Amino acid sequence: MFKDVTLGQYYQADSVIHRLDPRVKLAGTFLYMISLFVFNNIFCYIVSAILLLAVIILCKIPIGYMLKGMRAVIFIMVFAVVFNVLFTEGEIIWKFWIFHVSLKGIKMAILMVIRLSLLIISASIMTLTTTPNRLTDGLEMMFRPLKIFKVPVHEFAMMMSIALRFIPILSEEADKIVKAQTARGAKFDSKKLTDRVKSLIPLIVPLFISAFRRAADLALAMEARGYHGGDGRTKFYPLTYAARDYISYTILLMYIGAIVFLGITFSKLAEVILLFFANTNFGNVLSWLF
Amino acid sequence: MPITADHLTYVYGGNKNLKTTAVDDISVTIDDGQFIGLIGHTGSGKTTFLQLLSGLIKPESGTVLIDGEDIFDKKFDLHSIRGKVGIVFQYPEHQLFEETVFKDVCYGPKNMGLEKEEIERRAKEALSLVGISEEVYTQSPFELSGGQKRRVAIAGVLSMNPKFMILDEPTAGLDPAGRKEILGLVEKLCREQKMTIILVSHSMDDVAEYADRILVINDGKLALDATPREVFNHKEELESYGLSLPQVTKAMVRLKESGIPVNTDAITVDEAISEILKVLKK
Amino acid sequence: MSIIKAEEVTFEYVRRDENGNIEGKNRAIDKISLDVKEGDFISILGANGSGKSTFAKHLNSILLPTEGTVWIDGMDSKDDDKLFTIRQTAGMVFQNPDNQIIGQVVEEDVAFGPENMGIPTEQIRERVDEALKTLGMMEYAKKSPNRLSGGQKQRVSIAGVLAMHPKCIVLDEPTAMLDPAGRKEVIRALRALNEVEKITIILITHYMEETIYSDKIFVMNKGKIMMEGSPREIFTHVEELEEYKLEVPKITLLAHELRKKGADIPECILSDKELADALKKLV
Repeated sequence: MFKDVTLGQYYQADSVIHRLDPRVKLAGTFLYMISLFVFNNIFCYIVSAILLLAVIILCKIPIGYMLKGMRAVIFIMVFAVVFNVLFTEGEIIWKFWIFHVSLKGIKMAILMVIRLSLLIISASIMTLTTTPNRLTDGLEMMFRPLKIFKVPVHEFAMMMSIALRFIPILSEEADKIVKAQTARGAKFDSKKLTDRVKSLIPLIVPLFISAFRRAADLALAMEARGYHGGDGRTKFYPLTYAARDYISYTILLMYIGAIVFLGITFSKLAEVILLFFANTNFGNVLSWLF
Repeated sequence: MPITADHLTYVYGGNKNLKTTAVDDISVTIDDGQFIGLIGHTGSGKTTFLQLLSGLIKPESGTVLIDGEDIFDKKFDLHSIRGKVGIVFQYPEHQLFEETVFKDVCYGPKNMGLEKEEIERRAKEALSLVGISEEVYTQSPFELSGGQKRRVAIAGVLSMNPKFMILDEPTAGLDPAGRKEILGLVEKLCREQKMTIILVSHSMDDVAEYADRILVINDGKLALDATPREVFNHKEELESYGLSLPQVTKAMVRLKESGIPVNTDAITVDEAISEILKVLKK
Repeated sequence: MSIIKAEEVTFEYVRRDENGNIEGKNRAIDKISLDVKEGDFISILGANGSGKSTFAKHLNSILLPTEGTVWIDGMDSKDDDKLFTIRQTAGMVFQNPDNQIIGQVVEEDVAFGPENMGIPTEQIRERVDEALKTLGMMEYAKKSPNRLSGGQKQRVSIAGVLAMHPKCIVLDEPTAMLDPAGRKEVIRALRALNEVEKITIILITHYMEETIYSDKIFVMNKGKIMMEGSPREIFTHVEELEEYKLEVPKITLLAHELRKKGADIPECILSDKELADALKKLV
């Protein structure tokens, strides 16, 4: 029941994407996501998809493994599709009760699926190719300027990294407690909501106690290994930019430039292309898509 | 109430490529009142096997019969075996959750829907079995010592009056005195309360001393099923499973190798003493 | 030279009621004095609740004595200025392998101590590799600790301490949660560290078999040191050890019982081989 927390788990491989500086990946993912939201047209999506495809090929992670992590969000996608198809106003082609399917709705749904897929895949590539420690290192470095405002950046980064380390341990433990209490007659799988809520206490109390015990142990172990906050600490993997990182930043900038250009000139471009394919079937499909 | 595993198979991981067979076609019948020792190295599938026997997970194929009834049959109510088959996990004290010791021990029988008097009677009986005295009843289980916590946790399973007790390394992390105490309790449950016991242990000495019959699991398969004396006669086989002999048996083998004509089938200290004395007298 | 020296060390836990008033005191350790020579392999034996873990925490200033003094390589454990030097000198490994690994990747965890010490990056790399090699964990350097066995996890924890270049490693029941194979793995690693790297080992345990190679054993009961001596000296006292909720290895017990029944064999036998040699003379 808790074993399926695979989203965001690091996948070990030796690829250029894995080796990239986490700051590049963080900035890249962030800007990429924004680009998906600012412009909502097919040209931009094609460019975005090409970039993502290149990254997917470069990062050497089996596609199947990547898609497995997406199972959790399929529900959201299906919901978005249904909602868009059924409730978008426009030229209606099919009607039933309060629902109406319009061409515009179908188009919106397609764009939505593309956008969501790109979004989720890009985010999961970041976590799949970056160890949580490198990720927190990256975040720590990027937000270091906030220290001036007394924001405990190092502490937040450390907390995040520890939390990530203990998620699989605690989920395994939760699984074990569920089984133990089931054997004592707890009804976790009962159809009655009251039974289920009642059975949560015998799960949550031991889980919390265990988490506290582990936290206390860990604090002790960290102290024993000389941990005393971020001051005077050196890094095993200091973040230094290599040539590949500058190249990546350049590609990123070019991508942004391309997207902005396509976004602004979209209507003009569409006109030109439609003119070219005018009066063909392909042209009709395109005009609908645009 | 015999328990039968019938061609029991369990596979981990839905993806075809990632599949590992944790339990592989195990068939075995355990009769009333037996004390079974279950051994196998870490990752051999013994914990999965126990969870199947107690109906906590469903097998890929094969089934478990309790009193002749198929517990994985669609019509079978799995809740009905919760009282019959008790399972004590590793570090069972980690599952304590109530405010008081007594309430925690009442949790199981309460889930069985018993009358209040019956629940309390059973809780008291279970607590006295594990040797927890009445002044501890109202204490928080979290304030007890490690050994006490474990006994309370075991009482929490005993209070359901199981006919069948499965214990997964109940002595892990305890000191020698604590280990003896828990093993003594388990033996009492078998011999006096007539419960059927399955004890998982990493200690060959312990299973040699207490069990009537030993099941050896290796790679998800039932590798050996015999009396302790017979099982510990298979030195090479056990070693190939990552297991060893009881310390005493190991010593006897060593004696024989160095030319002392002892019989190597002694598995406890007492047996070894009488065997060695017998040879010395000659 | 002594690496650890304790003089009349007492530690009291203060119990408080709901209002924070002192309700009573529990004396967890009671006037302990001991002296550990540099390079020795020391075992501290004791049942649960004997105070052995509390004492261990005094050896790198996690707990400070209520009375008495602990010196670590000549430094007073109460000396605040020396705190980090003390923690670097006497490294510590705990019982639960899951609760002391901080890194998500084995080598990142081993680097944690050196990072805290402010070691320059290139040297951290050297230390990490060296520590992992010593513990035979190099091939797991890039693996997630969650995928390792218990014995391997403990070896990572030991490597993490080793990378800090300690003179002494204190291990608080490092094998209590492991299976027999894992226990053997850890003890073998500790003996190698002691013999090859000449690091002082202080092993706290309740498994007697693990202590038979020690230079010296201390037996604790109810906060006090009750016995002190070589394994052979300690294991002679079968009945006394039982009183402290401990037990001698089965072989020693077997030999002890044979002796009681009149067999003419030496007093303390620790291994199969010794038993065989002794009995051969009689047959």
